[in-house]
Amino acid sequence: MLPILHAIQAAFGHVPSTALGLIADALNVTKAEVHGVISFYHDFRETPAGRHVVKICRAEACQSVGATGLAAETLAKLGVDWHETTANGAVTVEPVYCLGLCACGPAVMVDDKVVGRVDEARMNALLAEAGA
Amino acid sequence: MKIYVPMDSAAKALGADAVAEAIVAEAARRGINVELVRNGTRGMIWLEPLVELDAGEGRKAFGPVTVDDVPALLDGTLAGLGPVEDIPFFARQTRLTFARCGVIDPLDLADYQAHGGLGGLRRALAMTGEEIIAEVTDSGLRGRGGAGFPTGIKWNTVLGAVADQKYIVCNADEGDSGTFADRMIMEGDPFTLIEGMAIAGIGVGATRGYVYLRSEYPDAIKVMNAAVRIARENAVLGADVLGSGKAFDMEIRVGAGAYVCGEETSLLNSLEGKRGVVRAKPPLPALEGFLGKPTVVNNVISLATVPVIFEKGAAHYAAFGLGRSKGTMPIQIAGNVKFGGLFETAFGMPLGTLVNDVAGGTATGRPVKAVQVGGPLGAYMPSSKFDTPFGYEEFDGQGGLIGHAGIVVFDDTADMLGMARFAMEFCAVESCGKCTPCRIGSVRGVETIDRIARGDADAIPILTDLCETMKDGSLCALGGFTPFPVMSALTHFPDDFATTKEAAE
Ligand SMILES: Cc1cc2nc3c(=O)[nH]c(=O)nc-3n(C[C@H](O)[C@H](O)[C@H](O)COP(=O)(O)O)c2cc1C
Ligand code: SF4
Ligand code: FES
Ligand code: FES
Repeated sequence: MLPILHAIQAAFGHVPSTALGLIADALNVTKAEVHGVISFYHDFRETPAGRHVVKICRAEACQSVGATGLAAETLAKLGVDWHETTANGAVTVEPVYCLGLCACGPAVMVDDKVVGRVDEARMNALLAEAGA
Repeated sequence: MKIYVPMDSAAKALGADAVAEAIVAEAARRGINVELVRNGTRGMIWLEPLVELDAGEGRKAFGPVTVDDVPALLDGTLAGLGPVEDIPFFARQTRLTFARCGVIDPLDLADYQAHGGLGGLRRALAMTGEEIIAEVTDSGLRGRGGAGFPTGIKWNTVLGAVADQKYIVCNADEGDSGTFADRMIMEGDPFTLIEGMAIAGIGVGATRGYVYLRSEYPDAIKVMNAAVRIARENAVLGADVLGSGKAFDMEIRVGAGAYVCGEETSLLNSLEGKRGVVRAKPPLPALEGFLGKPTVVNNVISLATVPVIFEKGAAHYAAFGLGRSKGTMPIQIAGNVKFGGLFETAFGMPLGTLVNDVAGGTATGRPVKAVQVGGPLGAYMPSSKFDTPFGYEEFDGQGGLIGHAGIVVFDDTADMLGMARFAMEFCAVESCGKCTPCRIGSVRGVETIDRIARGDADAIPILTDLCETMKDGSLCALGGFTPFPVMSALTHFPDDFATTKEAAE
């Protein structure tokens, strides 16, 4: 079921509720089971995200080089909390627990693009590029 | 002229793609012929993007290279680092598993073979299953995913199981903070993992394999998919592996952002398309694993180490190491360090040597306060434990664990109460929900630590009791080991739990 959910999310940006019945029929499971799977995994969303998703690493190695402060400043500046989207619909901010960039943190991923050693200036540039 | 610019994600995260583009553009402008190779990383992340240039006299390294450095690089006037092999951080390593990483073009199968690739698989194809397992057992290889279980014993169980279908599942969920060895080898030498899985399959009689690769690694997913396709086109995978008449094929499956899916039974449920809830053991996955069939579940590094064991022989591998920790470990040096990256060395180096000497202390230049070894479930080690040699039993004896061998260094500004709180919060976010002590206990843990932060000393014994309950009442190590970082922070850094109290009073 995961490959199907990934494909739907890649195409639509989220897994729309209308897709649940189709997936359930195709895999011969109940809609409740499909919902159970979607809700278990952090990756899948049932509502659309912003035009760009900015993931900020919250894990220990990034914390040791200031990720907690960076995240707090970023959220405050955008006026959102984790998982929320900016009012103009440009950016959704998600927490992530390690991107495998732990020797060059704080680490951030904008859509599929990785960025290391992110400080306030670099974050501002990334957000501006994303239209936030 | 040949120029190497890594395509490893850490190098990309530090600007390698822009440097590669600038080199191509500048070479075209000058009308000079440059062959650009996108290699893996050599593992010295503080030097990334680390560019190597070979003008016919061997590879010379430069780094970190910026776009502005490119004209000087091509002029031959940029100050360099000399051969990578002479850089002290690299020179003192023993590279077995990572021997090719950063050296070759990751997706060039001919380059792979020119550097010893497929030698191990060819040797294994001439052996019986029993002989293959004996070789792995003799090498002393233990699981690199965390638990350190002997790989030969696991394979032997699967070999002995009778079934119409068996599977090899590679655990590439690498969720531990401070770890990136799996990612680096998949991006830098993917055929090693494929070869290791093929040897495992031929050894235990499994014809199908899966790599469960976390979605947080989009670059590794692309490289692995390309490598599997190339391996299949060249009969490294398929119905007739290297003309042996034996079959093994595999595919890449992408995770969906759940830390607990690194636990092997949760991973199997996820691979089956279900919620990643942990299964009770027994039955062991070796007997009833993927779709209920006998399954080898091994970490990326365990499997990627198998080819060199077969290429050089079990005795060669087992000659490295310390006590029951045989061979080498790709140690990942991360966090607040001067020299961060991948450091492969024989087991046995003291933690303090790794932190102060190899890593050069903190990047901030401040004193080291604590080192978390083994990911989010590993203990915080104070400097008084720096003489502990890097080995499974040695760390266990100090109330720690080496896990997947990530080392995260913190300077003296670290707030250990905050780190303990984070450990509980992480457990609450990632719990699969099966056990009450893990699911609810971790939430209580966060609240209890908040009480301590507000100056309530009575909450300290409550936290200790809660940790005992989680240790005893959890099915897997997420709930069971979260007490390690929490209790080690409390025990070794009591001031961080007390000063806040005095301030509040
Ligand atoms: C919460 C949790 C997370 C884990 N995450 C990983 C992981 O990301 N990668 C991994 O190889 N093993 C992980 N493990 C260990 C696996 O359960 C299993 O022991 C391992 O994949 C076996 O392979 P090995 O013997 O080659 O180490 C995790 C265990 C637990 C309890
Ligand atoms: S300890 Fe936590 S993660 Fe592990 S099985 Fe229990 S509830 Fe799930
Ligand atoms: S801890 Fe942030 S990238 Fe690993
Ligand atoms: S095993 Fe069931 S509550 Fe923990």
